[in-house]
Amino acid sequence: MAGIEVTALHKRYPDGTVAVDHVDLSIGDGELFVMLGPSGCGKTTTLRAIAGLERQTAGDIRIGETLVNDLPPAERDIAMVFQFYALYPHLKTRDNLAFPLRAEGLPKPEVHERVNEAARLMRLGPLMDRRPRQLSGGEQQRVALARALVRRPRAFLMDEPLTNLDAELRADMRTEIKHLQGELGATMVYVTHDQVEAMSLGHRIAILNKGRVEQIGTPLEVYDRPASLFCAAFIGSPPMNLIEVEVADGKLRSQGGLVLTPPPGLPRDRRLVAGVRPEALEVAEPGAEESVPARVVSVEWLGDEIIYVVDHGGQRDVRVRMPPTVRFATDAKVGLRHTGGTPAVYDVSTEELVA
Amino acid sequence: MAVSVDEAVATGPARDHTPPARRRGGRGRSVLEVALLTLLAVVMLFPVLWMIETSIKENRDVYAIPAKFFDFTITLDHYRDVFVDPDGGRSALSVSFLNSVVVAGASTVLATVLGVPAAWAYSRFAVKAKKDQLFFILSTRFMPPVVVVIPIFLMYRQVGLIDNKLGLILIYSAFNVPFTIWMMKGFVDEVPAEYEDAAMLDGYTRLQAFRRFTLPLLVPGIAATAVFALIFSWNEFVFATFLTSSDDVRTAPPAIAGLIGGTTTDWGLVAAASVVFALPVLVFAYLVRKHLIAGVTLGAVRR
Repeated sequence: MAGIEVTALHKRYPDGTVAVDHVDLSIGDGELFVMLGPSGCGKTTTLRAIAGLERQTAGDIRIGETLVNDLPPAERDIAMVFQFYALYPHLKTRDNLAFPLRAEGLPKPEVHERVNEAARLMRLGPLMDRRPRQLSGGEQQRVALARALVRRPRAFLMDEPLTNLDAELRADMRTEIKHLQGELGATMVYVTHDQVEAMSLGHRIAILNKGRVEQIGTPLEVYDRPASLFCAAFIGSPPMNLIEVEVADGKLRSQGGLVLTPPPGLPRDRRLVAGVRPEALEVAEPGAEESVPARVVSVEWLGDEIIYVVDHGGQRDVRVRMPPTVRFATDAKVGLRHTGGTPAVYDVSTEELVA
Repeated sequence: MAVSVDEAVATGPARDHTPPARRRGGRGRSVLEVALLTLLAVVMLFPVLWMIETSIKENRDVYAIPAKFFDFTITLDHYRDVFVDPDGGRSALSVSFLNSVVVAGASTVLATVLGVPAAWAYSRFAVKAKKDQLFFILSTRFMPPVVVVIPIFLMYRQVGLIDNKLGLILIYSAFNVPFTIWMMKGFVDEVPAEYEDAAMLDGYTRLQAFRRFTLPLLVPGIAATAVFALIFSWNEFVFATFLTSSDDVRTAPPAIAGLIGGTTTDWGLVAAASVVFALPVLVFAYLVRKHLIAGVTLGAVRR
């Protein structure tokens, strides 16, 4: 296994599209590193550049100590798992697994041994003599994972491997991948647009937008203190409430009168936005202590929780996550109060975290 | 069946959903359908049937008035005449058929060899102004080929391709390549690029990956495309007429047309030659019908 260093990566296609503007990544040995972002953010292009399937316009990629810029994919000693599983349709599972090894020219007994080992790890026993079309989506993806395993590569690259699976299977496979990664201590770069996948899998997450890295951090860091307005709006469902605030009397005050504790080191004379998670707010009886008057605009009953959309006289309605026991009707007069700690504060003009 | 919004949200008692026309029409309707279809089939197939009949009639039966539908003597003389010269040896028509085979075959192969890799490249790579290029390629098929007959004729005269099989092969390929690129691009788009990516990670070069993994999956598409290209080249008449003159080079369509005219026309020979001309394409299409159907339905199933 090996770490991966990406330095000042830039990719521009001949038709002029810039897929990756500037990306720096430092992925540790044995780390499960997730690249997360909307479609077109450059995450897949970055991954394909690491794999050698795309040649970057500028920038360096190192796998371990090796500078791999000019190496073809096969010589980079990596394995990749695709969204569409890319199992060779004319080969049985056994031969699909053996294929990369035979291509490498390994002796037969070794091929046999490695194939069986991977099959055991991914529990493919009964599937070994079937062709891809006789396998379900989940089974195909397990074969694809095993196919990556047999190579014993220095790193695994995963390009949205679970996107084509249905929700239940996706959760199972997520657990399986996480378990596998931990067991093998494998370096894994995992691309997804699904924040749940990113949060549950990643040791660290890189959030990409428009070909740039917006933030790199552990799932908790990314959730608690999004580095930019983009990250704040992208992570979390429902996303963070972005409330325009003014500094007055040492407090942050929204237009609707909501009062928040300011973080230290706030700059002066800037338009500021506070990012407040829906669970850091509370809907209470009107007139409750420290609450501001508000009105329930709509209610989403999700079973395990209720999302209230509340108008408190601010520029935007805010979303509040409440346990299902707290019930208010639409249009009810309520009190809104902040129960969380110091919010993240953003500069409206730079869209970046200021404190 | 499309349902309008009003129908969909109607709250009244459940309606009888049988379409009224079918209920009322019943048996009468299906009889009418069969009658119309039969009429259409007769109109469409009669010329073919008459061609086949004429080809096996003796010449005096061909000219008989009233026309003889059933009570004529069957002869295969016309078919013999298609291939064998009355003075012995090969007939001029048989040479034309051979020319047609060579020209149609070679131009189809050439168009496929050029068009399939081009389609692959357009499908897989980010090419500068890709859409404009593809549109330009397609635009060469916008005008009727007749429009360029005279310029082509003059150009061919300059380079000595008049009355030359190579000339026909080139011009047919020129018409078939755009078609091949467009049709094949659709097929290539359907084959996930991940196969090639995976193969490249397994140690193949891009071209090897294309040849070993994508190409075999494209065979139905190539077969379907080639059949269309072949039919075009086989049937082409205008350029063959203008660009060739000698019996050695002439393809079958102008050669058969050349039988008509003069003082008398041997209709039996014309009909027999036409049947022989129509057969190869029919047989070929029949042989690859599976691929044709696979080709047509390839895009219908989401992967």
